[in-house]
Amino acid sequence: MSAPQGAQAVAQVAKGAAPYWRNAGMTYLAYVNACSAHVRNCLKEPFKSQSASREQIHYKFTEWDNGVPSKPVLRSSNPEE
Amino acid sequence: MLTKNRLLTSTASVVRGCGGWSHANYVPTRRYAEAASPGAEKSKPSPAVTEELKKAWKAVAPILDFPKVPSNFLKQRPPVPATIPAKLTLNFVLPRKSHIEEVDMVTIPASTGVMGVLPGHVPTVVEIKPELLSIQNGAEVTKYVVSGGYAFIHANSVTDIMAEDGYPPENFDIEEAKKALS
Repeated sequence: MSAPQGAQAVAQVAKGAAPYWRNAGMTYLAYVNACSAHVRNCLKEPFKSQSASREQIHYKFTEWDNGVPSKPVLRSSNPEE
Repeated sequence: MLTKNRLLTSTASVVRGCGGWSHANYVPTRRYAEAASPGAEKSKPSPAVTEELKKAWKAVAPILDFPKVPSNFLKQRPPVPATIPAKLTLNFVLPRKSHIEEVDMVTIPASTGVMGVLPGHVPTVVEIKPELLSIQNGAEVTKYVVSGGYAFIHANSVTDIMAEDGYPPENFDIEEAKKALS
């Protein structure tokens, strides 16, 4: 085997050693979350808004100063609140 | 000849590096086929911890307990049944639903191709592709569109399917899916 052929063989084996998304530079979590987001996006209407509501996050921040809490701040991923 | 050998070793090291698989965590596992075969009892290695060893320990350090060895912490693998079971023990879990029951067959969309799993399937670990997964129990067939995850088929016909997310196909809007794919 000549040198460029050998290098090509090595490159092919290296490419086949990992799944295609790894070769594309993604991690498994990035890949599976992208797939799941796409699947959820393709749902029909009642189910789609149900899954969207499940992804919402709500926070309540309370800052403390010298042992005294200040007024709590509510934050939400839902833009209405 | 010499160059060919060097090329092969360099290929192996490149493959290992790219796969990210380290030999440091390798644990030799007993092969199920050997364990289930009739000559298994004779060929099993003799245990490291024997009564004589425990007696010798007591002689040297009477007030100390015999130290624990890794096998004390290892849970025994569930035994492989001698005959192929009639039903597949399925542990199919989704974030908000699960099918933990005995079924006849599962069709898993693996990255290597769609595979049908019957009781007595070869132990396999597969990555799930975002496709249709179907569970067949008698006459009823339950289908899910799964987005990803992994499936583990064990030697005792227990199939663990850990799906990332999945919904029945009736919940989907085909036009939306076609648009998104293009």
